[in-house]
Amino acid sequence: MGLEEKIPSGILLTSVEKVVNWTRKSSLWPATFGLACCAIEMMASGAGRYDLARFGMEVFRPSPRQADLMIVAGRVSQKMAPVVRQIYDQMPEPRWVLAMGVCASSGGMFNNYAIVQGVDHIVPVDMYLPGCPPRPEMLMDAILKLHHKIQHEPLGPKRAAALAAARADGTAKELHVAMPSSVRAHKESREAYERAAAAGRTGQFAIEQRDGAAVRLPEARP
Amino acid sequence: MPDQTPARRGDGQVARPAGADRAPVKPQRPSLLPAPLQGFGITFSTMFKKVTTEEYPEVAKVTKPRYHGRHVLNRHPDGLEKCVGCELCAWACPADAIYVEGGDNTDEQRFSPGERYGRVYQINYLRCIFCGLCIEACPTRSLTMSNDFELADDNRQDLIFTKEQLMAPLLPGMEQPPHPMRLGDDADYYAPRPARPAAPALDAPPAAGATPVGGRA
Repeated sequence: MGLEEKIPSGILLTSVEKVVNWTRKSSLWPATFGLACCAIEMMASGAGRYDLARFGMEVFRPSPRQADLMIVAGRVSQKMAPVVRQIYDQMPEPRWVLAMGVCASSGGMFNNYAIVQGVDHIVPVDMYLPGCPPRPEMLMDAILKLHHKIQHEPLGPKRAAALAAARADGTAKELHVAMPSSVRAHKESREAYERAAAAGRTGQFAIEQRDGAAVRLPEARP
Repeated sequence: MPDQTPARRGDGQVARPAGADRAPVKPQRPSLLPAPLQGFGITFSTMFKKVTTEEYPEVAKVTKPRYHGRHVLNRHPDGLEKCVGCELCAWACPADAIYVEGGDNTDEQRFSPGERYGRVYQINYLRCIFCGLCIEACPTRSLTMSNDFELADDNRQDLIFTKEQLMAPLLPGMEQPPHPMRLGDDADYYAPRPARPAAPALDAPPAAGATPVGGRA
């Protein structure tokens, strides 16, 4: 991109990388791109009860040129696909795409000729969010996971090469992208999840945290 | 019903009710303050109102108990799987999100009571619409839903949950299959209330308010 390609990687660049990534993730402006029922939940996330402004994201930009994140909310028809691609192309780099809901992620229950079977056929997707439609907390969870990914993105080709090399010999930091945001928010639950992930028990983690209860009944709630 | 449409005049004008061209009535104001101060007053008084915002990532969201969340494959109280590999869930699924391959139980390798068990069980969460039809279709109450919803991930492969991820954890007193049926014969397992073994861990009441995953309520 620019300066970061010329300076050598080292302590300075890793610190710069952290600051740059922090600024990027802390004001991630989404483009207004609601296509179907998921857009209703997306609007609810921006409103007072869920309040995306807490994460610096309250401004849904009507113009893609001021947006960093495209939340594809809803089913993408074949006719809409070129428009999705054009909006993506008009967004300035760095840019991210969040496929919200099963229709945008994979076509969902609309497995037919009219619907694009996953928006990743058109644009690269950074986060897939299941749900039909996902509730606003699910969207916030996906956004926070994306923030976590952005915070650990390499800055420039040298850092990217270093990260790829570290991944190849297994010394790269495990990001645990799938860790639920409410688990990541607290240190002790985060460490418990990391232990469960090391044992390959992430699927059972949530139930084990509730002492074997699949569902926490109202009388057992704090 | 008589036509209520006002008679149309030239240039797109319509007939207005009598008196409409009088001077507008001055709106009554509840306060004598000038309008800008009234506006700021609303802003100021909002500071003392209860905040409606959920502090989501720090405070975990607790849904209603019947919320349709991630699936769980349950176990019998001795650890055997409840799933018998009948594929009714896959047939019921409107989004074709469930893939099941049944396998045959033998006396040496027994995973579930009865003839068959679910050898491969996958749910594609990028197709699943959480409608719960699979839950209604399940004849053994093997497949149920938890309230967990934080499922987002950054690739499609990891969102196809396999049987290992969907199985309920082994509670105290349970044993990892394959093992023989500990609770009697087939009829006892599929009876409304199977006789429980004498192991004290199973007879002990469950943790306060908790529904054991494997047990029947």
